[in-house]
Amino acid sequence: MRARRGPPGRRSGADRSPELFLDPTFALANAEPADYAPLEPNGVATPEAVFDAPGESAATAIPVAALTEAARDVVEGAFPRLWVIGEVTDFKRHRNGHWYFCLKDAESSIRCVVWSRDQRRIPAPPDEGMLVTVLGQLTVYPARGEMQLVVTAMEAEGDGLTRKAIKRILARLEADGLLAPERKRALPRFPRRIAVVTSPDGAAIRDIAAVTRRRSPSVEIVVVAAAVQGDNAPDELCAALDLLARWGDCDVAIIGRGGGAREDLRAFNNERVVRAVAALPMPVISAVGHEIDMTLCDLVADLRAATPSVAAEAAVPVHAEVVASIVALRDELILVTRRRLDSARLRVDTARRAAAVAGTRAIERKRSRIEMVGGRLHALSPLATLARGYAVARGEDGVARPRAAAFTVGERFELLMHDGVVGAHADDVRVGETLGEI
Amino acid sequence: MSDSRRKQSGGAGADTFESELARLEAIVEELQDDSVELDAALRLFEEGVRRLRAVTSRLASAEAKIKLLTEDEDGFGLADFDA
Repeated sequence: MRARRGPPGRRSGADRSPELFLDPTFALANAEPADYAPLEPNGVATPEAVFDAPGESAATAIPVAALTEAARDVVEGAFPRLWVIGEVTDFKRHRNGHWYFCLKDAESSIRCVVWSRDQRRIPAPPDEGMLVTVLGQLTVYPARGEMQLVVTAMEAEGDGLTRKAIKRILARLEADGLLAPERKRALPRFPRRIAVVTSPDGAAIRDIAAVTRRRSPSVEIVVVAAAVQGDNAPDELCAALDLLARWGDCDVAIIGRGGGAREDLRAFNNERVVRAVAALPMPVISAVGHEIDMTLCDLVADLRAATPSVAAEAAVPVHAEVVASIVALRDELILVTRRRLDSARLRVDTARRAAAVAGTRAIERKRSRIEMVGGRLHALSPLATLARGYAVARGEDGVARPRAAAFTVGERFELLMHDGVVGAHADDVRVGETLGEI
Repeated sequence: MSDSRRKQSGGAGADTFESELARLEAIVEELQDDSVELDAALRLFEEGVRRLRAVTSRLASAEAKIKLLTEDEDGFGLADFDA
């Protein structure tokens, strides 16, 4: 304990440094209530009080700050942190992030503050008039000289704050569509590797391993370790979920925690954790709740299981059933291929028969066409024209004379007939005299 | 630290057991359709047999150990884990 008065020996007032009085730690700091009895019980200064203690006389008046700070130290020293029950009034969220309110009952009230750094341990801000129990350190707010309770934890009647917080998060998840039924993914029927986000030394991983070994020993289990309760749980769970999402090399994930009686499920109602679960790229089974208590984590997962063992049963098929379905697939493959081959053979036979019939018909069609074309060719031939009684005139030079003008009078020429040639002589040539004019 | 390091394979990777079996089922279904050309059907059958062998050999693998997912500057790792 610090000496309440100066050291023995006479000292003049001039020796007292003024800074010493401004220093709030001087003499009064860390003092205990007993130290504040300035005089001995009889009201007479002790013999060694050769000068007045701070505040003992007008000459040694102390500044207000020294008084309020001393009072603060006394109050903080006198009261341990206490749970206090009362009704919330005048709740204000200051723009600096701190919460201010009064806690009151019928007779009294006390100002309370929750520093922003302490708010994450409180599920939600209280409502006006809510009956709450707070854990707080009584202190003195020096700027006003008022008593103030610095609150670090708060609970409301019947989990009121937790329920309020969950409701608020639920509304946000709903608004973001994270609770939509169509988001639920089907679990893989044949997973080869499952990831388990849980505490590495909890019961959950042991239960899941046991069930998996029994059902499908060759299915791999990969633990993604995180604390599942306590203050670090939300951060560790978020880190584990982020690691799992980036790795992604598994077919299904289980987020789980061991069974037990009434447990702390707060981490699984933490909004960051819940959103990280919803964002996992693979289907996820939540095995964190109780039979009765649902967590938000359960709501966003693709499947909710009552316990880690149930989750493992849902995730891991029985080996023999997998083998059976593969055998069934093999039989089916052989069957359909054989059927396909049979039908192909049948079609080849049918096609061959059809081709034979079609071939005969095609030849007949060709023949009749050739005959028809032959007939038309015949009709167009000059020989046919000659056969109808026409003749071609040809000069002695062997050139045909198709026009009258091509003849010269006295010229000899030939008439080519259907059955022979007639020698002829051009007596006269009358160009322009045609059949029409005869 | 186990030496079976794996880089991220993008979740439901190209040839997971699940996707092998899904492909097998698709093959069987396709083969039921007579309009598939015969040589295409035979290729499907061969692919089916190949995939059947693959899944069967993966199924036959020994009891899997539990691993712990880790990450360091070299990437992801799977360490042995004692439950």
